[in-house]
Amino acid sequence: MTKRYTYFPGCSILGTGRACEESTRAVFAELGVELDDLEDWNCCGATAYMSVDEHKALALAARNLALADTKECPELTTPCSGCYLVLNKTQRYMEEYPRVGDKVKCALKDAGLNYTGRVRVRHMLDILVHDVGLDEVRKHVKRPLKNAKIAPYYGCQTVRPYLDFDHQHYPMTIDRLAEALGATPVHFPLKTRCCGGSQMGTLPNVAQRLCYAILREARRQGANLILSVCPLCHFNLDSYQPDIRRRFGEDVSITTMYYTQLVGLAFGMDPETLGLHRNMTWDGSWLEREVLAGATA
Amino acid sequence: MTGIPNTDGNGRRGAAGEEIRIGFYVCHCGMNIASLVDVAAVAKEAAKLPHVIVSREYKYMCSDPGQEFIMQDIRENRLNRIVVAACSPNLHESTFRGAVARGGINPYFFQMVNIREHGSWVHTDAAAATAKAIDQVRAAVARVAKHRPLERRRMEVNQAVLIVGGGIAGITAALNLADAGKKVYLVEREPTIGGHMAKYDKTFPTLDCAACILTPKMSAVREHPNITLWTYSEVTKVDGHVGKFKVTVRRKPRYIDEETCVGCLECISACVFKTPKFEDEFNEGLGKRKPIYIPFPQAVPPLVTIDPETCLKFKTGKCKSPCETVCDRKAVDFSQTEKTEEIEVGAVIVATGFKAFDVTRLPIYGYGLYDNVYTALEVERMVTSSGPTGGEITLRDGRVPKSIGIIHCVGSRDKKTNRWCSRVCCMYSLKLAHLLREHTGADVYQFYIDMRCPGKGYDEFYERMLDEGVQMIRGRAAEVTDWTMSPEEEGKLVVRVEDTLAAYVRRIPVDMVVLSTGMEPAVGADEIRRMFNISCSTEGFFLEKHPKLAPVETATAGVFIAGCCQGPKDIPDTVAQAGAAAAQALALIDKGYVEMEPNTSYIDPDDCSGCKSCIPLCPYHAIAFDEGSKKAVINEALCTGCGTCVASCPSGSISQNLFEDDQIFSEIEEVLSHV
Repeated sequence: MTKRYTYFPGCSILGTGRACEESTRAVFAELGVELDDLEDWNCCGATAYMSVDEHKALALAARNLALADTKECPELTTPCSGCYLVLNKTQRYMEEYPRVGDKVKCALKDAGLNYTGRVRVRHMLDILVHDVGLDEVRKHVKRPLKNAKIAPYYGCQTVRPYLDFDHQHYPMTIDRLAEALGATPVHFPLKTRCCGGSQMGTLPNVAQRLCYAILREARRQGANLILSVCPLCHFNLDSYQPDIRRRFGEDVSITTMYYTQLVGLAFGMDPETLGLHRNMTWDGSWLEREVLAGATA
Repeated sequence: MTGIPNTDGNGRRGAAGEEIRIGFYVCHCGMNIASLVDVAAVAKEAAKLPHVIVSREYKYMCSDPGQEFIMQDIRENRLNRIVVAACSPNLHESTFRGAVARGGINPYFFQMVNIREHGSWVHTDAAAATAKAIDQVRAAVARVAKHRPLERRRMEVNQAVLIVGGGIAGITAALNLADAGKKVYLVEREPTIGGHMAKYDKTFPTLDCAACILTPKMSAVREHPNITLWTYSEVTKVDGHVGKFKVTVRRKPRYIDEETCVGCLECISACVFKTPKFEDEFNEGLGKRKPIYIPFPQAVPPLVTIDPETCLKFKTGKCKSPCETVCDRKAVDFSQTEKTEEIEVGAVIVATGFKAFDVTRLPIYGYGLYDNVYTALEVERMVTSSGPTGGEITLRDGRVPKSIGIIHCVGSRDKKTNRWCSRVCCMYSLKLAHLLREHTGADVYQFYIDMRCPGKGYDEFYERMLDEGVQMIRGRAAEVTDWTMSPEEEGKLVVRVEDTLAAYVRRIPVDMVVLSTGMEPAVGADEIRRMFNISCSTEGFFLEKHPKLAPVETATAGVFIAGCCQGPKDIPDTVAQAGAAAAQALALIDKGYVEMEPNTSYIDPDDCSGCKSCIPLCPYHAIAFDEGSKKAVINEALCTGCGTCVASCPSGSISQNLFEDDQIFSEIEEVLSHV
């Protein structure tokens, strides 16, 4: 049976996170999961707006929930951890604090919208591993990634404050997914530590230090790849490696990619389809050199 | 036992003939009531009510002069009914009934009105609270006029006591009662008594050896002629009530004849498993045991137990059973089956202890992820000279730790897990710091929120540890991890913590981490609670009848609690509480009888249709069906006055003393009289 979800792309996906969207669509199509685009969606407000004006931020995000409410499928999914967090938070706030919920619903009414509360916000990682299932994933693997040593990086927005499908401090979902692809996850104690998020723009010394610790530890634990789930985490870890090397005087370079890109590679997809050419740390020979060499498909 | 119900002319209908003369008293309770309720107005209104002869207000009605008013008025004004408006009847109903009886009338010609808990304490509007109090008084005055004389029943009390749980609490209570000459049944779930205390090395703050002070008591239990000890056994069913509990105990087969085994342990050496292979529960999994084992050398009773989960005889059927052949007393018995014992006791002491917090619930501290993270109980076993490592502190990789971090409040004072303080962890953490330093010379860091060391000699012990050089870092540890920032962290566990005294975030590299786990209600506490009808607090610890004044009693008469099942506490407090529970149980049974409230149900046989619908509804099995008369019959000795049958009877043939229809309706009418 075809699985169908309402799909909220989010702003990053159209910008720095294009590779995330490309690989997500490719992989989910391969697995027969239908992503039904939410029309006329708006920015979720991200964490920034939430800290400026909570009610307006909630109303902004709730507009998307109300739009999703009119869809046949009440399960709303997004590839971005920031959007996942904000939409999830909005939904729960409205449920847990009826006064907040009423106020937001009032605002929605002015825009001719209504939110019944039936929408469930799902993380795409959750859908891939738990709805589609690892058995199904395994069936599609054409290139087992035997020599890929994965540092699974969940970041903070996926797990905090809400995480319905795994443990908040030491989740294992990506680890299990990597295993299904034939790769080896390493013990990664920083898997849920913050990458600095948008502070990379405002306080680069703080954010780069956080990324430095993550990159360094991934190498130290023997990984040759960091897998991330979030466009912002990926952007920080992927693009700032030269700056970090200059700032801390240590080479911490390591290939980074979205988990969906790795799934696509294991499925035998073309790197360009998966947007890998957009990754700063992607080197065309990496797959041959580090992962497939010596491994038999 | 004197007869109830009062169906004689004087009781049921006689009241109509006599002149009703009611005395009313309203209590100020210091300022507790009088600060909100206008007591003078209440007394004035009450005086206007029908049959009220005397109406008074007084500062403390429960005091001797207060009670004296009642007695004097009964005598001088020929009062035959009394109403007191004061606090909750839970507190002083029996006080005033006593005064009424001493005044010379039946103590059930009394009604109490609660204008404190139901009035002044919960309202803020003085006028409305006063009006409400007057309504309540009017209802009580109307009700008491319909009261009939009742008499309390006396029931004989069984002289035996059941104690559930053989830890230090159960042991203490058992010895106290047995020494007083009472028969005691001590039921323990594990193969040995001793509980958690048997696992400890030293006790704080005196650092005396736990085994040295505990094992003599364990032996005393075994040798005491008044104690029947059933280990490896569980209570499965409880019927009856105070003075006469009927208890069923399930005795699991240990596949060893308890009468003939002398604990020579030859069978253990003979087992086909030459080396111990299975996780040893007593040593927190740090050591191994064979399928045939004794938890520890001083176990009481000193009997071996065969674990059918691991024994080859049970697993495959293919074992030559050398244990059986080597035993010249023929004590090994693979055919043993579960036994049930049924006993009758007058009182019960529940002392089922606690469970240490499950640290896997907090993966931030890396238990299970990092080899060198231990629970406090594991370390407790490790420092014990008779423990799995013979007292050596070696890490799982064989190294001796040079630095150790002890993290406090793991599963305590934490909104995400348990909110309560487990009371003992600060002190046992200090004790472990001392022992670990003594054994290894390692640097020991304590990560604490604040030190809680109230108790005799406790704070002095803390001072002493500071002098000994234990490092104290104030802050709840954020995580235990192995990611490094510097070469000196390589190969170590790093405790990340906000040092709230130094005001910065620190990373402390250590070789070993000890998690000071908090206390939780024991596994199975819920079933125990249901069987013995004990309430519990939200966290699951058993609830005492009153937090200050009845700390070992429960809401169920005849059931007492002691030790950590009631809440986290240390050994001295546990022993004191167990002694208190024993004394209370003794006071109950030694008296020889209990007085039962006369609020039992009774059936009017003329109206009973014999439909039997009440019989299965009675939670106390107090109703039987008389085949001769084809009517239901209530056994008054078993009836607790819950009222279930009264409400359910289709023909309205069941009534209840003290809750007669006319009494309740007169109350309702008066309360609603101005509606």
